[in-house]
Amino acid sequence: MKKYPYTEKKDTRSGFGAGLLEAGKKNPEVVALCADLTGSLKMDAFEKEFPNRFFQIGIAEANMMGIAAGLTIGGKIPFTGTFANFSTGRVYDQIRQSIVYSGKNVKICASHAGITLGEDGATHQILEDIGMMRMLPGMVVINPADYNQTKAATLAIAEYDGPVYLRFGRPVVPVFTPADQKFEIGKAISFNDGADVSIFATGHLLWKAIEAGEILASKGIEADIINIHTIKPLDVEAVLKSVRKTQCVVTAEEHQIHGGLGDAIAHVLSQHYPAPQEFIGVKDVFGESGTPEQLMKKYGLEAENIVAAVEKVMSRKKQELSHS
Amino acid sequence: MKTINELEKIASQVRSDIVRQVHLANSGHPGGSLGCADFLVALYFHQMKYNSASFSMDGKQEDLFFLSNGHISPLFYSVLARAGYFNVSELSTFRKIDTRLQGHPTTHEGLPGIRVASGSLGQGLSVAIGAALAKKLDGDKQLVYCLCGDGEMEEGQVWEAIMYAGAKKVDNVIATVDVNHQQIDGSIEHVLPYGDLRPKFESFGWTVINMNGNNMAETVAGLEKAKAETGKGKPVAILMKTEMGQGVDFMMGSHKWHGVAPNAEQTQKALAQLEETLGDF
Repeated sequence: MKKYPYTEKKDTRSGFGAGLLEAGKKNPEVVALCADLTGSLKMDAFEKEFPNRFFQIGIAEANMMGIAAGLTIGGKIPFTGTFANFSTGRVYDQIRQSIVYSGKNVKICASHAGITLGEDGATHQILEDIGMMRMLPGMVVINPADYNQTKAATLAIAEYDGPVYLRFGRPVVPVFTPADQKFEIGKAISFNDGADVSIFATGHLLWKAIEAGEILASKGIEADIINIHTIKPLDVEAVLKSVRKTQCVVTAEEHQIHGGLGDAIAHVLSQHYPAPQEFIGVKDVFGESGTPEQLMKKYGLEAENIVAAVEKVMSRKKQELSHS
Repeated sequence: MKTINELEKIASQVRSDIVRQVHLANSGHPGGSLGCADFLVALYFHQMKYNSASFSMDGKQEDLFFLSNGHISPLFYSVLARAGYFNVSELSTFRKIDTRLQGHPTTHEGLPGIRVASGSLGQGLSVAIGAALAKKLDGDKQLVYCLCGDGEMEEGQVWEAIMYAGAKKVDNVIATVDVNHQQIDGSIEHVLPYGDLRPKFESFGWTVINMNGNNMAETVAGLEKAKAETGKGKPVAILMKTEMGQGVDFMMGSHKWHGVAPNAEQTQKALAQLEETLGDF
């Protein structure tokens, strides 16, 4: 198992804020809109540097999505910022009609995704957003793993022409990917080579997968750990290459098990290479108040849950092999 | 510069196009389309500056128009075709399989002249404001126009947009509300009365102009007045009185022709009331 030492923990939303500022310096067409959550989204630096290119919309997310769509007419590259809940479910029809169906170059940037939003509780803890966004034809859906990857993704989407959903979170998580990385939309990244099981992880669950990989290694199991930062378009080739080698799969995401990364992988496998799969995610229930750490444990998103899922899926692999 | 009489003739042809499109498709929305025909003809053949020969999505140094109540697409398509955005013969494909003239307007099929999809109500004014903000950033002095239905005022997003444009002084937007007092289930008064729109717009910081949208001379004058009010720190609203079904006597006076296609006999009866001036498609 490869080692991923880290020296600090940072929030992914700060990676977004840093990336947005840099994207704004690189390209004068980059503009930003926020619905009264500038501090939470870490958009303050952009606002300070480019006051004329920052639009405070107020608590009116539907209007924000429409204004963003309009700003693209004239060549602007708008980044909208609010919580993931208000970036998706609240404004699904605006995104669908005015942005994605209309082919508008809007970057929907969503913080505080999932249960690790914590104490605010289930009203704010959206766990269905990846599903909603990946159902839209032509939408790009990205869920980066740490500060550095979020920053790199923010810069990459500024250069991509088309609608994008970029999802990140509130809590601090280990910074373990390179600061100088080049982010390639739709390209999976291998974090460990192994032949026993494929673990596909997105967002900060990648770190949990790495922790799980260390535990598994101590038990003599080598996991093929792959980071799927782009859930759509999915890196089908990387998924199939890994599963052909390992014959079984665990997916890990801070999202409902319905509609997210797990479903996306299962969809590919069922068509091209059926294999036993276990799903780490929130299991068709709403979240609740608590600290991020408490919630990750209670809802089964920890390394130990991934380890248990690996052991289960590997036993299924053996059973199915013995049947053949 | 076209005379009022010339504009009226174009409007008559556009109304004829609307009736024929909806009849041929056996579906669509003739009522509001007929009601707003004078307005859209005045906008495209008198008021706006644009380049229909070479459509660009960005529309820099052009005036832009956004149709928020996308169901009056037969009107929009007729005016765009007559203005030179695409061939008039394409109107015969309205709502048919593989057409660029979808039931509601869309950019998705690449029809020149359309800059955003609309149909799901309440979204167009926000988009128009965004386009107006882009023009301000670019120092582009041309204007952005938007048309909404009065039933559409029941959508909450419209009021988010009205609040924003007033508060942020987006004074290069002219939003017209088609005040015909009709919606699908009946009159506005029957479904959900919106009260007096003028003080609502004014209290959000807009300049408000009343206009008769079924008299070409008054429509042209109203649009010119609205344009003169732009650039003064306030967005401009035109409350445009129209009659749903205007120009076809049996379609006027009720909500019943909001979304119903005329049969062959009704179509002939309607066309007999509309002078053909530019050639049918």
